[in-house]
Amino acid sequence: MVKDLVEFRNLETHFHTTAGTVKAVDNVSFTIREGETLCVVGESGCGKSVTAMSLMQLIESPPGKIVGGEILFEGRDLLKLSKRDMSKIRGNEISMIFQEPMSSLNPVLTIGHQISEPLMLHMLLDRKAAKKRAIELITLVGISRPDKIFDSYPHELSGGMRQRIMIAIALSCDPKLLIADEPTTALDVTIQAQILDLMRDIKQKLNTSIMLITHDLGVVAEMADYVVVMYAGKVIEEAPVLELFQDPQHPYTKGLLKAKPIINQKQERLYSIPGQVPNPIDLEDNCHFHDRCEFCMDICKVKQPPFRTHGKDNHKSACWLYEEEREVL
Amino acid sequence: MKEVLMQVDNLKKYFPITGGVFQRTVGNVKAVDDVSFRIHRGESLGLVGESGCGKSTIGRTILRLNEKTDGTVLFQGKDLYKLPKEELRRMRPKMQIVFQDPFSSLNPRIKVGQAIGEALYDHGVTDSKVVRERVLETMNICGLASYQYDRYPHEFSGGQRQRIGIARALIMNPEFIVADEPVSALDVSIQAQIINLLSDLQRDKQLTYLFISHDLSVVEHLCDRVGVMYLGSMVEMSSTEELFRNPLHPYTKALMSAIPVPDPTYKRDRVVLQGDIPSPANPPSGCKFHTRCPIASDICKQQAPEYRDVGNDHLVACHFV
Ligand SMILES: Nc1ncnc2c1ncn2[C@@H]1O[C@H](COP(=O)(O)OP(=O)(O)OP(=O)(O)O)[C@@H](O)[C@H]1O
Ligand code: SF4
Ligand SMILES: [Mg+2]
Repeated sequence: MVKDLVEFRNLETHFHTTAGTVKAVDNVSFTIREGETLCVVGESGCGKSVTAMSLMQLIESPPGKIVGGEILFEGRDLLKLSKRDMSKIRGNEISMIFQEPMSSLNPVLTIGHQISEPLMLHMLLDRKAAKKRAIELITLVGISRPDKIFDSYPHELSGGMRQRIMIAIALSCDPKLLIADEPTTALDVTIQAQILDLMRDIKQKLNTSIMLITHDLGVVAEMADYVVVMYAGKVIEEAPVLELFQDPQHPYTKGLLKAKPIINQKQERLYSIPGQVPNPIDLEDNCHFHDRCEFCMDICKVKQPPFRTHGKDNHKSACWLYEEEREVL
Repeated sequence: MKEVLMQVDNLKKYFPITGGVFQRTVGNVKAVDDVSFRIHRGESLGLVGESGCGKSTIGRTILRLNEKTDGTVLFQGKDLYKLPKEELRRMRPKMQIVFQDPFSSLNPRIKVGQAIGEALYDHGVTDSKVVRERVLETMNICGLASYQYDRYPHEFSGGQRQRIGIARALIMNPEFIVADEPVSALDVSIQAQIINLLSDLQRDKQLTYLFISHDLSVVEHLCDRVGVMYLGSMVEMSSTEELFRNPLHPYTKALMSAIPVPDPTYKRDRVVLQGDIPSPANPPSGCKFHTRCPIASDICKQQAPEYRDVGNDHLVACHFV
């Protein structure tokens, strides 16, 4: 039986802006299991990053605030931990990499320095042992001539190399969970292929759980064991990867899968979802997808569909099409 | 045989690298290094390749938005680089460009309707009523509502801004449009809308496109022919159908196999390229791809392969094809 590592329970993270409240994460619940790659997919602004930053408790406040819910990590609610305990978790058990590796590296310090520091701080290694471990990590992420790279500065490396270094730093503390927020979006496809290979490799070797945030369904298909689809701050569908691609339930998920041009499958005309994502400020209590949905019914405009299973145990979605109640209204 | 609208021969564009106390030129970035191709009227030519391979520089140089280093560019048979200033100015409306991020090219303090109509004034339309009508008509074609005429750029989403960018190009009644990564910054559901808009416009207005993208699946969908670039050189070019059915250059093959396919049951047999893309300031000798090529041998290091037609208008530069 695979154990749960992280459980989001009814998480609510809001941003208070002068224009109104943005419920960036609105009653979100899902689970990341040990040794599993979970992909969070959705369009820009749907709340993927805020979900991850809530887990790390790195939400900038103000304007942001976690206003409700629980985030259980190995059974403990992270939201109840002291600042000190949480920062220990961040350094040791959970680490994160971002889209733009350059902005997370310090330009004036050598790569070696930046990898060794957390090793000395969190793993309590001395300088010599830290260097040895750093070189091992640089090798692990597939960089040849690790000694030379150890003494280099970030600007001397290419984008792909910098992302490898970020992964090495993230792995330095042997985390149980690696959060990767669009780690390959800024990279060229041939370099993306290398980094995705590397992440798969690491998961196999170290049994690290990965929470991978992406907008690319191709990356999802290639990497995920389990998929969570978000739209306008809500999880609207979740399922194991095969199930999701073969039998999507939510009209938005179906639309996304149809709208993406696929190589070697040329169509006469692309399917496109009409309209655009709603303004995130002061959204109503209805299906946020209703004004783009070809199946929209009266109830969809006034009431939020419940998020639950519809016949299949391992597959949840939030859509009135699958509910009995729609007849009543 | 179809009319050739754009004929590019041996085009070179080098950017100088300066260094030292005197800021002397110490080298060149060979952004475009001896590239030749033709675009026929009504066709859509795709240009693909990774960052820094020179795609955008080609787009800008064939519109004479920057100076060339060498080579010729003929538009409707006229050498753009030999045209007198005034004639070039009159030619301008026929050749337009659409960028990846239309936001950066829009003045935040100018209303969108005005921004779209701007160029009409520059080209001699003076009646503001006529301009307004033309703008509204163009906005409508591009899927923008008339009430949006008086809105400011920041009130628009990414997809709508791209529609504004397209409207700005379209209002001049162009014959030729360079679209430089026009959908790369957009979400999937919006990408499909813009791709459909571009292909409708091409059909209705018999437009000719140079469509620049790093996304092969988008190019396959929209283009009739495709050129693949690597480090300033064209390595392969053919009809879209032929290229995707029968890619010949090892770089093209690697590029295609690197694209993640949105199907978890797909069995990929991937060529993962080792190493990084070399700097165009200091490209490898011989075949520029030899440092990453899975089938490279000695000759590739020494001698640049000839870019030649292997039949069926399929051009390729590789010693082993
Ligand atoms: N500092 C902030 N102040 C106000 N609103 C914010 C802030 N950070 C995020 N938001 C809002 O929260 C919502 C979710 O944002 P989030 O960054 O999580 O989206 P995302 O899914 O990661 O998008 P992308 O794919 O573009 O990275 C958006 O509406 C965004 O505008
Ligand atoms: S709830 Fe209604 S509007 Fe929302 S996705 Fe389902 S059918 Fe469409
Ligand atoms: Mg994000």
